[in-house]
Amino acid sequence: MQRSPMVSRADIDSTAQGPLAALANPLERLGRWAIGGVAEIGFAAVLFAETLYWVALGHRRQQPVRIPSVFSQMLEIGILAIPIVTVLAVTIGVMLAIQGIHTLKLFGAESQVTVGIGLSVTREFAPLITGILVAGRSGSALAARLGTMQINQEIDALRVMGINPVRFLVAPALLAMMIMVPALTFWSDLVSLAGAGVYVSLELGLSFSAYTDRLIDILSVDDLMHGLGKSVIFAALIAVVGVVNGSGVKGGAEGVGAATTRAVVQAITAIVITDMLFVFVVTR
Amino acid sequence: MNTDTGQPQPIIEVSHLVTHYGHRKILDDVSLSVREGEVLVIMGGSGSGKSTLLRYMLALERPTSGSIRILGVDVNQASAMELTRLRKHMGVAFQGGALFSSMTVGENITLPLREHTDLDPVTIQIMSRLKLEVVDLAGFEDLMPAELSGGMIKRAALARAVVMDPKMLFCDEPSAGLDPVIAAALDELILRLRDALQMTIVVVTHELDSAFKIADRIVVLDQGRILTIGSVEEVRSSDNARVQNLLNRTLEIDELDPEAYLQRLMGKTKVH
Repeated sequence: MQRSPMVSRADIDSTAQGPLAALANPLERLGRWAIGGVAEIGFAAVLFAETLYWVALGHRRQQPVRIPSVFSQMLEIGILAIPIVTVLAVTIGVMLAIQGIHTLKLFGAESQVTVGIGLSVTREFAPLITGILVAGRSGSALAARLGTMQINQEIDALRVMGINPVRFLVAPALLAMMIMVPALTFWSDLVSLAGAGVYVSLELGLSFSAYTDRLIDILSVDDLMHGLGKSVIFAALIAVVGVVNGSGVKGGAEGVGAATTRAVVQAITAIVITDMLFVFVVTR
Repeated sequence: MNTDTGQPQPIIEVSHLVTHYGHRKILDDVSLSVREGEVLVIMGGSGSGKSTLLRYMLALERPTSGSIRILGVDVNQASAMELTRLRKHMGVAFQGGALFSSMTVGENITLPLREHTDLDPVTIQIMSRLKLEVVDLAGFEDLMPAELSGGMIKRAALARAVVMDPKMLFCDEPSAGLDPVIAAALDELILRLRDALQMTIVVVTHELDSAFKIADRIVVLDQGRILTIGSVEEVRSSDNARVQNLLNRTLEIDELDPEAYLQRLMGKTKVH
């Protein structure tokens, strides 16, 4: 088990000061943990602001955010994720159709299943599934890449070359994330609804075009934007959490592994909590 | 300690530098200056603070107190713009090479040119190939860093460090971990770079042979303090016992404090 230096320091202190200090230890640990957490959130906010700064004013400082790097990140984060996003989204769509029909059968209202599918896919499932998938796929990769660069002194090398690492590494990833996650979400909307539609039309014996007509009837631009808006926030969260964890790596390969895991867990947690808050604020 | 009387303005001036890592003091009142066109070697055992000193000279960390002036600019007071301008005059070869593992050797070496100049791609190619020729790596530009040997990585890192024709070159352990023949070749290379490009060079190393071969002056660090600064001859003839220990590779036997020793064994000392 690897222990963080903070905890081991606290342990040493307590043995030096006797049992009373040992009692205070959990409290001290909680305090340190809280301070560390707040510091990390602060760092994340600074990173985000700094990225916006480079995007807006990089040209003036002769350090523009390179468009080709943004595109290569977009390819990595977005295009290459299309197959797996498609598989997941279609599966979720079909699953929702099955559950919806099963539930609505209780009231004899199977025909209303389209409403449930349409709203829950566009407002909730597509952005959530896409966010979680991108967090697992690209948030982790970002943390691992930055972590490895950190321990190989590649970040230092950038800095001594006069190349700002936020501009060079973080900004392209964040921008690509904020473009591609909504795009992927929109794609999951489409394929998920299509998948559900196939099942619904087979099960309930109505035509696919009747299903789509009904969908277009129910869904408003607002529902779609609700999901896409959320996904932009998810994208920023995934990128920032990945960068914060990656750039804080200490202690070699093991540290990179730990940071990668942490990045994924934190990103998914942040996505789910933010989702709830977003829904609370927007729908009330 | 001032040995620079009558010399022109030093390129790098470190004065009364004190630094901490957490609560542990790493460097303690370090003052030195680097003159134009010289090779200054920073020597010392493991944990003496020599790599730390280099990191502060590169403005990668902020000191507790003291200042570092490079080309007359205080690097800790300088704005980000000034620092960037300054860094275009500095080339750094890190200990592990720090080549970007996602780029080919050629892309690594051209990166500073691509980021900092408006030169056309052909010129950039030619300039980087020139530097690859200097370090005997011509024809290797399409390989990835992972495909290079240790010595090649260090040479590629050196090529990247000098691709902007910097005024100052910093090398962290350029010959550590290499076999003696390749290490000697790297020392030659550093001297060649100084002569051909008139660079001021700061080298951190613990290898004595290498230090004596390339140095104009040597700084010996020990436990975060400067033991001695001087020419190769002066350092060799130093009457400081610790310097002689380092030079003669004598095992350092500190006076043992039985009380402190017991405390350490019992695990009752605080880590500072």
